[in-house]
Amino acid sequence: MSLVELTDIHKSFGSVEVLKGISMTMEQGEIVAIIGRSGSGKSTLLRCINGLESVQSGRIQVAGIEATKPGADLNALRQRAGMVFQSYNLFPHLSVERNVMLALRLVQKMSVDEARELAHAMVAKVGLAEKLAAYPDELSGGQQQRVAIARSLAMQPTLMLFDEITSALDPELVGEVLKVLEGVAREGMTMMLVTHEMNFAKNVADRVIFMHEGRIHEDGPARETLLEPRTEELRSFLSAVLH
Amino acid sequence: MIREFSLNDLVFMLEALRWTVGLAIIATIGGGALGIIVAVLRVVAFKPANWLAIGYINLVQGTPLLGQLFVFFFGLPLFGIQVDAWVAASLSLSIYASAFFGEIWRGSLQSVSQRQWEAGAALGLNYWQRLTHVVLPQALRISIAPTVGFLVQLVKNTSLAALIGFIELTRASQIITAATFAPLPVYTTAAALYFIICFSLSQFSQRLERRFHVTR
Ligand SMILES: Nc1ncnc2c1ncn2[C@@H]1O[C@H](COP(=O)(O)OP(=O)(O)OP(=O)(O)O)[C@@H](O)[C@H]1O
Ligand SMILES: [Mg+2]
Repeated sequence: MSLVELTDIHKSFGSVEVLKGISMTMEQGEIVAIIGRSGSGKSTLLRCINGLESVQSGRIQVAGIEATKPGADLNALRQRAGMVFQSYNLFPHLSVERNVMLALRLVQKMSVDEARELAHAMVAKVGLAEKLAAYPDELSGGQQQRVAIARSLAMQPTLMLFDEITSALDPELVGEVLKVLEGVAREGMTMMLVTHEMNFAKNVADRVIFMHEGRIHEDGPARETLLEPRTEELRSFLSAVLH
Repeated sequence: MIREFSLNDLVFMLEALRWTVGLAIIATIGGGALGIIVAVLRVVAFKPANWLAIGYINLVQGTPLLGQLFVFFFGLPLFGIQVDAWVAASLSLSIYASAFFGEIWRGSLQSVSQRQWEAGAALGLNYWQRLTHVVLPQALRISIAPTVGFLVQLVKNTSLAALIGFIELTRASQIITAATFAPLPVYTTAAALYFIICFSLSQFSQRLERRFHVTR
C-alpha cells in the first residue's frame, strides 16, 4: 500500500467541477511538487487529501486512513498529514511557544513539560529560538511561516502538505522559508508542495505533477519534466512563469 | 416646603445609585448567561435552533424595554404568578441584555476568520477544541468593545425600573428635584454619576483589550 492513494477523485463546487478524475499514488519519502495555473485545482487537491474538502466521488487513502469512508477519523488523518497554508494562519492570541504547544497538549495529550520541550526544539530548528515568547503580530511574514512549519512538524506527521507557502511573502523573505523547507526535505520528510518556485521544484522535488484544468496533465521526475515538458500546455505554462 | 439641594440629597442619590449598579450587574450576569445560549443557538448547524434564536432576538429587540418590564411586573400577576419589582426588573433587563449580547457575540464569533478554524483542523483539533482554544479566545477579544458599549446602554436603561417603583438614580433625582426645585444641580450630579460609571467601564474595556494582547 502506498502512503497516499487517490483513485478517480471528482470534486465540484456547486455546478463547477474543479477536480475531474484525479488518480495518483505517492510513496513514503517522496517529495512531489505540484505546479499549474491559477484555478487548476492545486489547492483543492491538497485540501481533499487532508479532508478539509469532501469529494463527490473517488477514493482517498492517506497513511492507512480511508478519508472517503463515511465516518472516517479525519482528525487522526490530519495528525498524519500536516498542512501549512499560504497565509500562515498562526493563532494570533498565542505566543510562538503556545502556538506550537497547543495541538501537542490537546491532541497528543503531552504534558506541559514534554510539549514545551518539543516546541522549543522545533522552533529552534526553524531558527527562531529567540522568538518563543513573541506573538505572531510581532513577527515578519517569513518568520510567521517558519513558525507555522514548526507547529506542523511538531506533530510528527508522516506527510507534509504545503500550499504555496511562500506566495504571500515579500520577495526578500522567500529565501529563509525555502531554506527551512530544504532542511525538512533533507531529513527525509515525505512532502507534497504546491509551488510557483520552479527552481526549488527542480532542485528539491523528486517528482513534478502538472495540473491543468482539474486533471493531472503531466507527472514525472522533477528535472526531466521541467526541462523537457512533453505537452504543449506545460511548455507554455513554464515559459509563462519563467519569463 | 422648598429646601436647598444638600449633602443629604447627595447621600440619597448615592444610595439610589446602588440600585442602578445592582440592576446593571444582575442584567449583565443573567443576560450574559442567556446571551451565550442565544449566540450558540444562532450559529449551530441546526436550522430550527437558528430560527428560534432569530425569533427571540427580533422579539426582544423589536419591542420596547418598558413594555417588557410591564409584561413581567403587571402581566405575570394576571396568571397568578406574583413577582416583586426586583424579580420583574432583573428578568426583563436580563432578557433584554441577552438578545443584544447574543447578537454581539455571534458577530464576534463569525468575525474570526474561517482560516483559523482550518488551521486548528489541520493540526488535528476536534470541533470543540477548535472552538474553545482557537476561535472563542479571539472572538472574546473582538467582543470586548461592543460588549462594554452595550453595558453603558444597559446602565442608562436601568432608569426604566423607576416606573415599577425602583428608586434608582433617575427616580431619586426626580424626587429631590420635586422637593428642591433645583433641577440643574440635581441632574448635573446625576449625569456626573452616570458618567463616572460609564467612563470607568470604557476605561476598563480599553485596559482589557490591551491585556488580551493582540488588538487587530
Ligand atoms: N470554496 C470554494 N467555493 C467555490 N469555488 C471554489 C472554492 N475553492 C476553490 N474554488 C474554485 O475551484 C477552482 C480551483 O481552485 P484552487 O484553489 O484549487 O486552484 P489553485 O490551482 O490552487 O489556484 P491558485 O494557484 O490560484 O491557488 C477555482 O476555479 C476556484 O475558483
Ligand atoms: Mg491555490
